[in-house]
Amino acid sequence: MALTGMQIYKQLPRTNCKKCGFPTCMAFAMQVAAKQKAIADCPDISDEATSTLSEESSPPMRLVKLGSGTAVFETGQETVMCRHEEKFHRKCGIAIKLSSDLSDDDFIKGLEEINSRKYVRVGKEIKVELCAVEIDGVNNPSERAAIAAEKSEVPLILVGENPDAMKSAALAVKHSKPLIYRATEENLDAFIAIAKEYKLPLAISAPTLEELADFTVKAKEVGLDELLLSWKGGADPGDFVRFSTQVRRSALLHKFRPFGYPIITEFECDSQESETVLLSTAAAKYAGIVLMKGREPWALMPNLTIIQDVFTDPQVPNTVEAKLYEIGNPDENSPVFYTTNFSLTYFSVAGEVERSKIPAYISVVDTEGLGVLNSWAGDKISAEKVIQALKDQNVAEKVNHRKLIIPGLLPVFRAEIEDQSEWKEVIIGPETAKEIPSFMNKIWGK
Amino acid sequence: MKIPDVGTTCKMNISTVTIGALKEEGGTRGRKVTIGGECTLPHLTFDGDNPHKPVIAGYVSDIVPDWPDFLQKAIGKEIHSPDEWAQKCVEDFKVDLISIKLLGGSSERANRSPEDCAKLIETLLKAVEVPLIIWGSGDMEKDRLILQECSQAARGENCLLGSATESNYMTMAAICKADKHKLISEAPVDINIGKQVNILLEDAGFNLDDVVMFQTTAALGYGFDYVYTIMERARIAGLQGDKLMARPQLCDIGEEVWRTKEATMGEDILPRWGDVKKRGPMWEAVCAQGYLQAGADLLIMAHPEAIRTVRKFIA
Repeated sequence: MALTGMQIYKQLPRTNCKKCGFPTCMAFAMQVAAKQKAIADCPDISDEATSTLSEESSPPMRLVKLGSGTAVFETGQETVMCRHEEKFHRKCGIAIKLSSDLSDDDFIKGLEEINSRKYVRVGKEIKVELCAVEIDGVNNPSERAAIAAEKSEVPLILVGENPDAMKSAALAVKHSKPLIYRATEENLDAFIAIAKEYKLPLAISAPTLEELADFTVKAKEVGLDELLLSWKGGADPGDFVRFSTQVRRSALLHKFRPFGYPIITEFECDSQESETVLLSTAAAKYAGIVLMKGREPWALMPNLTIIQDVFTDPQVPNTVEAKLYEIGNPDENSPVFYTTNFSLTYFSVAGEVERSKIPAYISVVDTEGLGVLNSWAGDKISAEKVIQALKDQNVAEKVNHRKLIIPGLLPVFRAEIEDQSEWKEVIIGPETAKEIPSFMNKIWGK
Repeated sequence: MKIPDVGTTCKMNISTVTIGALKEEGGTRGRKVTIGGECTLPHLTFDGDNPHKPVIAGYVSDIVPDWPDFLQKAIGKEIHSPDEWAQKCVEDFKVDLISIKLLGGSSERANRSPEDCAKLIETLLKAVEVPLIIWGSGDMEKDRLILQECSQAARGENCLLGSATESNYMTMAAICKADKHKLISEAPVDINIGKQVNILLEDAGFNLDDVVMFQTTAALGYGFDYVYTIMERARIAGLQGDKLMARPQLCDIGEEVWRTKEATMGEDILPRWGDVKKRGPMWEAVCAQGYLQAGADLLIMAHPEAIRTVRKFIA
């Protein structure tokens, strides 16, 4: 939070001693507010003032880091309620929960499965970010945690409410910086002690929001500040959204420090279908981490995708690299399309070309992330630019024909392309991507 | 510890739209559907109580859409007969209303005459007692005639007609006013055009209280983020007093989701993505559930399993 010069001035000694190099304390305060000087540049500043000011100037939601080495996950430090106000900064992470009733062999299989849940979609990696290991109920908590730490390629969450089990598991894997999940009304003091002793992040739950605030303050008082707010509930998405919106509004709009932490959530429900839909609600509405019991990829993929969508930065146009893409295994007789480098346009076209089941080339022209009509209106595309892109991408060498399919929304390019390039047979394609399969079957299928 | 009171008050409620007319109101519907009226974003009871729950319309079309076999099978053999398909949606899938698309009217498809389309509407009105949403074929030229005929055939039934755009709003406003229907105002993933269409409708003398907004729907993974944010912004603007945006919102989930690769293609095309028979309906359900959080009031959905799962959490 930006502090005003006056707010800073009130915390200074107000002696105008000039030791800082400025004529008055007020002048110095203005420099600090403008971030030109640090508060520590005042030689006589009190400890109390330093801590008040650093508290005031810190972000309203804490950043929490889990894991170590290459297996790291960060959550928190969000700044807005709605993504259009700026963006959502850190993708919600899916943690797959490995229950304590798994045999050691099945547990290891589960770890390997989690490691393998990595996919590339729209040119970006999406994956299971965390592995949640249930500790309560296993024979040897420290051994189970140690196996997880050794095999898992993603950071760990230790799941349990029993202090003895948690302590031995945490001790065994503290070097990999797992999240302790979770402190409750019953085990609060013991769990705070474990997190403090091993310097680990801690998830805290409470029966009510008021108590949750008490509990995080209590943890903060002993020096813990890597905290997550835990919500675990039944099958009402509304309960979660009310919780998450209240704590987020409190933290961001009311600067209420006890709720200035990211959220971790878990649903108890009757089926994997229900869990899938409930998790998507949490992912869209402010959860930093969601625990998922179901392990089926058909349940995982829609949620990885909704996270990818919601956490896209709305200020940055989504683009793909301007180059020649091959769909299927095209050969020298395959059709050639061109389109823009706006991701949505490209992936719509590519998806529909794929659906037509006719292998093809798609030449992507750099339109600075604008779609067909917008790039035309904004002067980011021209027949000349299309011709140049086809040349740069050596498209003519790939095929033995000179037919080029152009977007139906820009039929005006036909004459110029035919006149000015070797592409002598320009075919005006459909106006929308979804018409591509039927169009292709008509003009290329036979 | 005392925690902040984070409740907020809206400046304006979203308008309330009722679809369907009972016998005593000049129609023949057995029940009606009311949407809108919100004073806050979904679930936020500490701001206030939203009076109406979102509703689900069953997707029905006059010709079988280009859908994967497993979806056609999940719907059943009734998919080949629009009136039976509609009945199954109501009786088995428990939808609140029916959305009928007259795809066969397009000159590029069956090129059915407007009169034939209107006959189908009459058949559907007899087959089900729930309200209807009626869409044209997507063929702009033809739809002018199709929707006019269908509107007359359903006169007094208080249907929801789709859709008014920047180019046809005059005709659509006139049709809906003449036959007492509600109207969908449609914009192509552009919040400014969305507002513009409503301005045009108002200028054309159409009462915006009879309008449901349609920002176009993007499938999950295909611009979902754009539409999610447009709907959320439109809803917030409406609650803050922009009467042009204070309208219930519709999402056509089924239409968009069932053209995506992710919902329709098996593990031969998408290795390790899981059984498409389960993944497909979940793609539709998650997409629908996502839009509900952005303020959707009316969802058009196709797969019975997706409808069932989403319905469960609306209740």
